[in-house]
Amino acid sequence: MTTQAKPEEVSAGSGGTPFLSVRDLSVRFSTEDGVVRAVDNLSFDVAPGSTLGIVGESGSGKSVTNLAVLGLHNPDRTEITGSIKLDGQELVGASNRELEKLRGRKMSMIFQDPLTALSPFHTIGRQIGETYRKHTGASKKEARDRAIEMLTRVGIPQPTSRVDDYPHQFSGGMRQRAMIAMSLVCDPKLVIADEPTTALDVTVQAQILDLLKDLQQEMGTAIILITHDLGVVARTAQDIMVMYAGRAVERGTVREVLKAPQHPYTWGLLSSMPSLTGDVNVPLKPVRGTPPSLINLPSGCPFHPRCDFREEVIGGGCTSERPPLSPATGHAAACHLKQVQRQDIFIDQIKPRLG
Amino acid sequence: MLRFLVRRTLGALVILLIVSMITYALFFAIPADPARLYCGKTCTPENLALIRHDMGFDHAWPVQYWNWLSTIFTGGTFNNVHCAAPCFGYSFAKQELVGGILLNRFPTTLSLTIGSAVIFLIVGIGTGMLAAHKQGKATDKIASSVSLLASSMQIYVAGPLALWALCYSTDLLDLPTYVPFTDNPIGWAGGLLVPWIVLSLIWTANYTRMTRSSMVEQLSEDYVRTARAKGMSGTSVFMRYAWRGAMGTIVTVFGIDLGVLLGGAIITETTFSLQGLGELAIHSFRDSDLSLLVGITVVAATLIVFFNIIVDAAYALIDPRIRLA
Ligand SMILES: Nc1ncnc2c1ncn2[C@@H]1O[C@H](COP(=O)(O)OP(=O)(O)OP(=O)(O)O)[C@@H](O)[C@H]1O
Ligand code: SF4
Ligand SMILES: [Mg+2]
Repeated sequence: MTTQAKPEEVSAGSGGTPFLSVRDLSVRFSTEDGVVRAVDNLSFDVAPGSTLGIVGESGSGKSVTNLAVLGLHNPDRTEITGSIKLDGQELVGASNRELEKLRGRKMSMIFQDPLTALSPFHTIGRQIGETYRKHTGASKKEARDRAIEMLTRVGIPQPTSRVDDYPHQFSGGMRQRAMIAMSLVCDPKLVIADEPTTALDVTVQAQILDLLKDLQQEMGTAIILITHDLGVVARTAQDIMVMYAGRAVERGTVREVLKAPQHPYTWGLLSSMPSLTGDVNVPLKPVRGTPPSLINLPSGCPFHPRCDFREEVIGGGCTSERPPLSPATGHAAACHLKQVQRQDIFIDQIKPRLG
Repeated sequence: MLRFLVRRTLGALVILLIVSMITYALFFAIPADPARLYCGKTCTPENLALIRHDMGFDHAWPVQYWNWLSTIFTGGTFNNVHCAAPCFGYSFAKQELVGGILLNRFPTTLSLTIGSAVIFLIVGIGTGMLAAHKQGKATDKIASSVSLLASSMQIYVAGPLALWALCYSTDLLDLPTYVPFTDNPIGWAGGLLVPWIVLSLIWTANYTRMTRSSMVEQLSEDYVRTARAKGMSGTSVFMRYAWRGAMGTIVTVFGIDLGVLLGGAIITETTFSLQGLGELAIHSFRDSDLSLLVGITVVAATLIVFFNIIVDAAYALIDPRIRLA
């Protein structure tokens, strides 16, 4: 975990060649109301075996970004530009056949709600085994054995009989374990977990996160963990990217971003969640205002209508000029405030509120 | 499964009892005297009373209903014709046993239904799948507008039109007739081709729209996205996942439609002068032929109830979340 990243590396990165490298990614949907700019000029890296946490409020483009990595957007209504390189292979513009071969094998996804994300019509074993057969050409019998092995690894009791159950016969936590088993069945080197614990109750959440962490250590998988919950990121990730209106507004290592956040939106997020240190007496304060329209983005800094600090920017510019994510490497934020100002504001005004 | 079948069969019997009873009650609510129809021109009051007695109309309707019901199990004799159990009574208008008439007519309706069902299922589901696959593209739009057009057509317009275009003016196809399948399979199909075409033209549209909309709905489901996320090919996602999900709706609607169609397509049979159950129903109503009317009603109701049970059982086979009890 180095903050002094190599010059050509854009992320706060954990060093080494990234397994996934996203550059200037833009995703636009044409809808009846206009063009939705769901992701705009986004760049980030994920190093092999490391975890990147992506946080941001609802609609900030977290899922859209990752569905773009897997190539799951409808090409008829989506325009994707920029570059997504997985282990050196360019995915933007890749054919469906190529993507099919990568999905489930080199990269896979864990979805939020395992009840709707698993097919109600097929047994758990078949759904796991099918992925394995598709990518390895294994026989039905081998696939079933593999499914049982995976269910064992994710901690499903009596895997030899549960393998023939349907998802509705599993509890919520077990379903998510099965989902994890399915996504890991071909030893992918990148797993994207889109709010994998949101649909589960709190005790189960912790178990699932621990399981993911253990499996990651065993298999050396890189993980992108999408969540609303900074606490989850703090527990599991090395790097954080904070997204707002389809852009990265702050990025850095977990330590940097949580201990010394630089962007007013990140401050808002931190104040809006229960204290990481557990002081429950500090009242929660949600980020004021509502998320912007992605069809008609506010000019300049997209966060300006909700920002309490734009008066402090010397010479203005918040409403007219879009702040770039800078510096180019290491801990960075997209805000016109000077580095020292951010530090002072955080220490004087924000930190005391966080408890 | 067994419990389900027993429970549903008992329920079905209750429904059939109620349906037949209501038919009886309704019949007697209409101020028509069937006995008068058979009394002829020189009808004396004595004669009328005699006929009424022969036909069993001299009792209150609950008594008549009870007689009808018990005759099913005990059998009886009408006009010197013996009717063995299960006996569904005697048609005084046709001078025949009701059971025999129904057995005679049913194959026509059955053939009409089977033939058109095969066509509208294959064409309807096929077109619907294609439209869902090419969602939003030209193929989809054409399929959707054609089926909208077809579904707005009525059999009493399309029927004569088709007869004129295919039979009278061009001699392209034979005029509709019913030849038993066992006598001559080719004649059977040839004789029913025109009604099949017309009937399926109208029904296909329903199935196209239904298949398309359930497929589109299923394709946007989370589990379909998961299947794609794990590398399943387009075909396998379409057939093994989305189609599997869409099947439930289609089977349900088809089961209900089948029951209705088999009960007699009244307008179709009249339009094409085919002597099936539907055409029979009209005649029995016109002739105030109570026992025949009740017979047809019970057959139609039985078919509908039966296919409802089949649908529920099929649904449970398709969707493992449904448990039969
Ligand atoms: N297929 C689509 N067509 C049009 N707009 C879309 C489409 N998919 C997503 N969007 C829009 O893109 C924006 C970003 O959505 P996204 O799902 O990435 O948000 P998110 O950050 O994952 O939010 P959440 O935390 O609620 O999951 C939203 O405003 C959404 O309405
Ligand atoms: S650029 Fe201005 S409006 Fe945007 S976050 Fe910074 S201070 Fe607030
Ligand atoms: Mg999301």
